Amino acid sequence: MIVIVLFMVLMAMLAGWWLSHQRLAAKPWLEVGIIDEARDSRPRSPQIAKIGLGAFLAVAGSLFALLISAYSMRMSMADWRALPMPIGLWFNTGLLMLASVALHSAVIAARCDEPGNLRSALLAAGVCSLAFLVGQVLAWRELAAAGYFSAANPASAFFYLVTAIHGLHMLGGLVVLGRTTVRSFAAPQVSGALRLSVELCAIYWHFLLLVWLVLFSLLMRWTDDLIEMCRGLLS
Amino acid sequence: MVDVPSDAAAPLSTAEVEDVELYHPRSWITKYVFSQDAKIIAIQYSLTALAIGLVALVLSWLMRLQLGFPGLVSFIDPERYYQLITMHGMIMVIYLLTALFLGGFGNYLIPLMLGARDMVFPYANMLSYWIYLLAVLVLVAGFFVPGGATGAGWTLYPPQAILANTPGQSWGIIVMLVSLILFIIGFTMGGLNYVVTVLQGRAKGMTLMRMPLTVWGIFTATVMALLAFPALFVGAVMMLLDRLIGTSFFMPAIVALGEQLSYRGGSPILFQHLFWFFGHPEVYIVALPAFGIVSDLISTHARKNIFGYRMMVWALVAIGALSFVVWAHHMYVSGMHPSFGFFFATTTLIIAIPTAIKVYNWVLTLWRGDIHFTVPMLFALGFIVTFVNGGLTGLFLGNVVVDVPLSDTMFVVAHFHMVMGVAPILVIFGAIYHWYPKVTGRMLDDALGKLHFWVTFLGAYLIFFPMHYIGLMGVPRRYHEISDMAFVPASTATLNGFITIVALIVGAAQLVFVFNLAWSLKRGRPAGGNPWRATTLEWQTPETPPAHGNWGKTLPVVYRWAYDYSVPGAAEDFLPQNQPPDPRTA
Repeated sequence: MIVIVLFMVLMAMLAGWWLSHQRLAAKPWLEVGIIDEARDSRPRSPQIAKIGLGAFLAVAGSLFALLISAYSMRMSMADWRALPMPIGLWFNTGLLMLASVALHSAVIAARCDEPGNLRSALLAAGVCSLAFLVGQVLAWRELAAAGYFSAANPASAFFYLVTAIHGLHMLGGLVVLGRTTVRSFAAPQVSGALRLSVELCAIYWHFLLLVWLVLFSLLMRWTDDLIEMCRGLLS
Repeated sequence: MVDVPSDAAAPLSTAEVEDVELYHPRSWITKYVFSQDAKIIAIQYSLTALAIGLVALVLSWLMRLQLGFPGLVSFIDPERYYQLITMHGMIMVIYLLTALFLGGFGNYLIPLMLGARDMVFPYANMLSYWIYLLAVLVLVAGFFVPGGATGAGWTLYPPQAILANTPGQSWGIIVMLVSLILFIIGFTMGGLNYVVTVLQGRAKGMTLMRMPLTVWGIFTATVMALLAFPALFVGAVMMLLDRLIGTSFFMPAIVALGEQLSYRGGSPILFQHLFWFFGHPEVYIVALPAFGIVSDLISTHARKNIFGYRMMVWALVAIGALSFVVWAHHMYVSGMHPSFGFFFATTTLIIAIPTAIKVYNWVLTLWRGDIHFTVPMLFALGFIVTFVNGGLTGLFLGNVVVDVPLSDTMFVVAHFHMVMGVAPILVIFGAIYHWYPKVTGRMLDDALGKLHFWVTFLGAYLIFFPMHYIGLMGVPRRYHEISDMAFVPASTATLNGFITIVALIVGAAQLVFVFNLAWSLKRGRPAGGNPWRATTLEWQTPETPPAHGNWGKTLPVVYRWAYDYSVPGAAEDFLPQNQPPDPRTA
């Protein structure tokens, strides 16, 4: 459970950092009148949407941290037998990175109001992401063909579970990305709403990439020493 | 919490930023059924939660009948008894308390108390309710599937939860897990709304430190729930896979009914970690909104500002943070390294500090206040006493050496019913008596309310106080029948019979409450806009019940904190939050 505890510490630090900016030491019983004159109190959709996405990513982050916690707890047991990782996972990782880069350039194109570049960047991101998902399915089939699709093997059960949950998150993102791409083709210019959608997609894809890199290093067993070290610290 | 820097939207100039459009219903269906108005959603959530809560109340009656008068009701065999326990616990904790506090009170009060027109994501808010309703229906379907509902206990511990011979092994457990997964998805949609609305939807002048403690409590609890529910989600998904396709996440190699099952090497302890990583914060997810609401009830009905507002806010946040590092105190009997036991006992006892601060502050708020013994105030006072009682037995159980012998006895049942059953329910009743006039425009009947309070409050003590002693004698929990145990004296049976009779009476008293809700809707005394003469914004709406959009043409502006009661020199004994400062005195 060390991973989820570390994640919660991170969340607590973010919360603490945010709270420290909120005048928590104010004495509200002494203050009458409008305090935050400067703050525009009208809710603005870009701000709200980004904070909403941030909060959702915190929830998704908690979900993945818990999965990783469970995975590392199970790995430490005596009967753990690692899977041979399909070589295709390297290729998939590259595709996901490309998708992230494409979305980043889409954000730049949207900010510079270049609808042509925006469209091609969005398309590239979509194609790379779809290819990533196809690659994941191929990796599944490769393992299954090698006889590892067995419910009784804990390593394979965890592999299928974490990649499936990550893939489902990506599928959800693809629905939004698809709608954004359609809108980018329909609009002659880059509107504020479209730019916001592109920015949100980019944030989400960077998050998925980060999660995948953590999962990948875990699946490739690069983190074994690190986990061993954490366990040593605890006991 | 959210990690989006405030300058994230900087590249957008304000000129092209559109204001949030208020959603407008066009037909009766979109106004009252598939409504996106947080107030309607709140009422939908509350009625659904109360309805399923009544089902769980009946389940507890049946359990008590079996414990008090074994064999009286022949249809309660050991299997049925387990199903009753499981469904009662799960419904009460998740589908009633969590849903009512966050989905019900959260939806109604957050926008109104903060001076917003609605939640920030109304569509997701609507979906949240309908998924919750679906989760409830799937849960109820458990009663009707072949084999009946699951009897695994509300903690659903593997391996027994999915082994043959546990009641509901064929369908009940699947239905339960699916229902939980749906609930969590629905809750996440609502929870994101509550958090972002608090962060972004506040009226001009409403700083965080001017928010009523009700909103602080609901906000902190929602943040906790968003981070803790994924643990239950992961656990439920993994157990579902174990049950359906035979993976071994939680299932060890096991021989059942003389047969070696195909499971290999799963870890039941892993499930316990995941479950309690959710399960302990869950206690505070229910308690923190109750803390917040009770602070406001006490302040309003004692006509006095809350004592130590800042400390109250800090204590809420501290309890929220600490509750994530105590989960393993539910697992002392599962076996753990002694230094872990020491760690978790210590963190558990540390939570007593912020909690005690809150209790002292409530008492000091009452000190020399102008206490009105209204029905909401009675319930709030009942809560403080009950919470202290339940909290004190928590100190017993937080210590490893005391917990180990008491674990799995009725003492634990008495403890958690006091602290997270009766105490939050008293707050829910108090809050309903307090805010019903705003929701409907009419007061609930006072005499019926007092009858309801006294029967519920005294009855709860008559039920759960003796239960501590039964537990101390070693009577185990979860047992269908305890008649033939040498160490249990015969008088226990008498006491159990007494508890059952009181439980039946207390349960029946809730019908008085239900009748009051229905009767007062049409015939209650008209309440006016602000019957309690309260300061917070929800009582200052131009219309009662508040119309769609809450505030008419202009949003309120907030000039003061939420607790300006009995201010010296003021004309009235309360100053609403949106009352501008007097130019003569300012």
